[in-house]
Amino acid sequence: MAIDLHRYANPKRFLAITAAIYPWSVWLTAILLLSGLYLSLFVAPPDYQQGDTVRIMFVHVPAAWMALMIYTMMAISSAVGLIWKHPVADLSAKAAAPIGACFTFLALVTGSLWGQPMWGTFWVWDARLTSMLILLFLYLGYMAIWESFDDPAKAAKAAAILALVGVINIPIIRFSVDWWNTLHQPASVATMAGPKIHSSILIPLLVMGLAYTAFFVMVLIIRVKAEILKRRLRVLQIAELRES
Amino acid sequence: MKRFFSLIGRDLTLAVRQGSAVTLGLSFFVIVIILFPLGVGPELAVLARIGPGVLWVAALLACLLTLDRMFQADYEDGSLDLLMIGPLPLEILVLAKVIAHWLTSVLPLIVIAPILALSLNLPGEGISALVVSLLIGTPTLSLIGSVGAALTMAMRRGGVLLSLLVLPLYIPVLIFGVAAVEAAVAQLSVTPHLLLLGGVSLGALVVGPLAAAAALRLSLS
Repeated sequence: MAIDLHRYANPKRFLAITAAIYPWSVWLTAILLLSGLYLSLFVAPPDYQQGDTVRIMFVHVPAAWMALMIYTMMAISSAVGLIWKHPVADLSAKAAAPIGACFTFLALVTGSLWGQPMWGTFWVWDARLTSMLILLFLYLGYMAIWESFDDPAKAAKAAAILALVGVINIPIIRFSVDWWNTLHQPASVATMAGPKIHSSILIPLLVMGLAYTAFFVMVLIIRVKAEILKRRLRVLQIAELRES
Repeated sequence: MKRFFSLIGRDLTLAVRQGSAVTLGLSFFVIVIILFPLGVGPELAVLARIGPGVLWVAALLACLLTLDRMFQADYEDGSLDLLMIGPLPLEILVLAKVIAHWLTSVLPLIVIAPILALSLNLPGEGISALVVSLLIGTPTLSLIGSVGAALTMAMRRGGVLLSLLVLPLYIPVLIFGVAAVEAAVAQLSVTPHLLLLGGVSLGALVVGPLAAAAALRLSLS
């Protein structure tokens, strides 16, 4: 395992592998997103109580999944970066943070748009909503600490420490709806007893979840590549300054 | 062990001789709480309702106010370098700093909190629950805060970043602390909330010094 990790830590090899994955992720995103949107907006039945408003859920739930998943991924790659000093791991955590922040924001906005007709209010200080808002601020703090160091190696370490301390909040967010019985409904897909919702809704939801994941992989590859190239540019610029 | 206590003693002596750190935090705490009756209006029922939350939020902010100096003063005059070369492990050093910070900046707030709670018309059961919940919960504030303080120590304007980093992590403490006081006011059992607070504090006791020590090594490398 460790040997494998070292193989992928080489930025050059990383770029070669991601260049092979990238076209697949683009096509996968396009196909899954289109079919997922079609399934969720046209095929899935409207809810007998909520009507068509229920379709917001197909955008909302996968975004919330992604928000949690991306933070977990960031924490794992931060740990890898901290322990094995892999530059690509740090860069991928850095590149993932804004994407995760966007998904968190999307989940909050779609949730509040759904909450207005359903709960009669855009925002409630409910456990799940509040903890998602905390997650957004964790992302923002993580991004801010990257900006506030001049030395990228120091910034990477500081950000990794922060990400690992912040990961304690992830299980709190994940289980907040089960621990505090507040307005947000409890988990209904990933429960111990299996999914509790009908397949006509479950399948579009899962397709949308996969589409978001493919989209995340696609954007992440672009962003990590840009970060690696930025590092290289910096090295080249410094070398050029030394020569002159 | 002797070194550990002498480090705490040194920080306490410094705080007492300077004086300003203790009184500044304390006056900030009092002023923030005075602002609320002025802003919300003097109705006693309203004040009693928002009292627990106001007191906890004010304690949280007052703690944040003094946090950025936890390592910065020692960093600026170079004594932190000496302490790091010394025989005391860095994690224990952080713990000593955290205890000194809690004793000088947070304990005075807890001492004065009952008086302020009375002025906010909090019932008697609520006041005792407030003091106990503050005693159990606030060590977490200093412990988590030490991580943020260590990360932002070498920055020029670290204070703003410090609040962005630390405040999201304070929220669980705030929720359980206020819940304990409100349960006491409603004549319900306080114990579950206090146990949760204690659990959070113990978890922070493990994570805080480790993470802060790593951040200190990074800032000084």
